[in-house]
Amino acid sequence: MNIVACVKQVPDTEAQIKVKGDGSGIEEGGIKWVMNPYDEYGVEEALKLKEKLGGEVTIVSMGPARTMETIRTALAMGADKGIQIDDPALYTADAYATAEALAAAIKGAPYDIIFCGQRAIDDDSAQVGSILAELLGIPQVTFATKLEIDGTAVKATRPIEGAAMVIATSLPCVITATKGLNEPRYASLPGIMKAKKKPVDIKKAADLGVTGASKSKVAKFTPPPARPPGKILCADDTPEGKAAELAKLLREEAKVI
Amino acid sequence: MAKGVWIVAEQRDGALRKVSFELASTARKLADQLGEEVGAVLCGSGVEAMAAELAKYGVDKVYVADNAALEPYTTDAHATAVAKIVKENDPAILFLGASAQGKDLSASLVGKLATGMATDCTDVKIADGKLCAVRPMYAGKCFGEIVIDTFPQMASLRPNVFPIVECAKAGEVVKFDAGLGEAKTKVAEVLKEAAGKIDVAEANVIVSGGRGMKGPEGYAILEELAGLLGAAVGASRAAVDAGWRPQADQVGQTGKVVSPNLYIACGISGAIQHLAGMSSSKYIVAINKDAEAPIFARADYGIVDDLFKVVPALTQEVKKLLA
Ligand SMILES: Cc1cc2nc3c(=O)[nH]c(=O)nc-3n(C[C@H](O)[C@H](O)[C@H](O)COP(=O)(O)OP(=O)(O)OC[C@H]3O[C@@H](n4cnc5c(N)ncnc54)[C@H](O)[C@@H]3O)c2cc1C
Ligand SMILES: Nc1ncnc2c1ncn2[C@@H]1O[C@H](COP(=O)(O)O)[C@@H](O)[C@H]1O
Repeated sequence: MNIVACVKQVPDTEAQIKVKGDGSGIEEGGIKWVMNPYDEYGVEEALKLKEKLGGEVTIVSMGPARTMETIRTALAMGADKGIQIDDPALYTADAYATAEALAAAIKGAPYDIIFCGQRAIDDDSAQVGSILAELLGIPQVTFATKLEIDGTAVKATRPIEGAAMVIATSLPCVITATKGLNEPRYASLPGIMKAKKKPVDIKKAADLGVTGASKSKVAKFTPPPARPPGKILCADDTPEGKAAELAKLLREEAKVI
Repeated sequence: MAKGVWIVAEQRDGALRKVSFELASTARKLADQLGEEVGAVLCGSGVEAMAAELAKYGVDKVYVADNAALEPYTTDAHATAVAKIVKENDPAILFLGASAQGKDLSASLVGKLATGMATDCTDVKIADGKLCAVRPMYAGKCFGEIVIDTFPQMASLRPNVFPIVECAKAGEVVKFDAGLGEAKTKVAEVLKEAAGKIDVAEANVIVSGGRGMKGPEGYAILEELAGLLGAAVGASRAAVDAGWRPQADQVGQTGKVVSPNLYIACGISGAIQHLAGMSSSKYIVAINKDAEAPIFARADYGIVDDLFKVVPALTQEVKKLLA
């Protein structure tokens, strides 16, 4: 089975995000870069499929030179090879342009299933996997929390508000992974050693026949609006007194109960 | 030239979802600024009667695809239908809800329509005749103003953020053929949650518990308070990973993003990944015995005390207020 997992390198969830003075982007200095947490679920599912059905896992990642580290992490987890798309023309690519580049890189070789994360936790756009499926003309199941494959038949579960749907489709397809799908493994020490020797192909926009022209752009970044300081309730220093004060404020000031 | 502000109405089990009215009201406001019409796309089986309800919130025309293959929702059938009618009519703006279904459908439409979209927006406005969509990025650690150079300019709107405003319009029904080919995906099964359970993503009030609840039994006091308030019960990741609460209840960066009117965090420290999921709530209450817990920096009202004493007392107070 030819399995592809798309991974994006993103700031660590703990990272402080500072907007540049002119609002053109965020300050990247001091940020620790990690694999997008949702992509870890995608890579794990890819590895589990390989272990069960045999085949090969290819990691595809687009981003600047530092992205190689994240590709190596996926290879250390057990993936076989990587494709890095690195071109300054693509550094500000929106979801559509990103999906175009990924599609062009993936099309070059046979594939049976493609994993993406449900969303990347930097742009939080939750689009790339679906656009990729459309560009490749294959079905998709987004936000998957469970996946079963039998021959070419695919069954995937996706939660919706108050319910979950079991979707039946067939290979090849795109699955976007979310928490609940599995527990991602850690790279082992031998895994890390082996990863250093695994092949990673580096591609430019021209190699893929894409320009990186985006449909949308972030015209301006702004810091989040400041929240006025809250009140600590202590009118009467007993739990009952504080609870009574809270109930009153929720009723009379906030008007939410 | 592309013209009109459109929405994709969301319905399930024979009823429009609340987010549809939020979308219609927002579209109306922007369409009035542009001097254009509001169109709504409504897909499903036996849905035509819902058109009148959309009209109440400012929809001029409702484009209805009525087809058994559109029920229940599947990505490919709905995206095919919506893309077809949108291409035929060329609206300037297209809004969807950033619900589970809306996120899925909108992303697929971006692919089919080869356009740009701003996901999960908390504000939308018109500037120089174009859409300017404001959205949290980096888990709400900053905001971005998105402009789109292609049509339709798409945005998905965060549920529970945009006001619902009545504004009766004609709601003229235009039927169209969904143009469906062979289905690539189908719904094999729908697994419903326990009846009456409110999903955190749709709740107006959420009572949420973290590691401070000590174990699954601890949630009984939250369930009781939530029952009185018509609230959903949420959880931190620590509680979900411990197996105390189901994944569907998790709020935060790897859980759900919620925007209720009131979020009551009990025994939750307020880790940055948790704040990512709830900081756009209108009012935040924190109950925590540690005065240094970061959750207090985000809370409108904070109580530093033992939650096992405060929550039952609060329940009693709420009972008195509601009596
Ligand atoms: C990639 C990644 C993604 C993550 N995603 C999420 C996410 O989506 N959602 C999420 O919630 N977390 C997420 N986390 C985890 C997050 O970092 C925290 O570990 C988690 O939120 C802590 O949960 P908690 O506040 O319940 O527990 P703790 O941090 O242990 O806090 C428990 C709190 O309870 C208080 N307490 C204890 N007993 C009482 C009592 N009797 N009365 C009052 N207060 C009491 C304590 O003072 C303490 O502040 C993520 C982490 C990572 C690395
Ligand atoms: N630059 C990228 N390189 C590789 N995969 C990506 C990239 N951007 C997005 N993806 C994939 O698409 C998913 C959704 O991303 P997004 O639509 O940006 O939220 C991610 O979880 C990745 O799997």
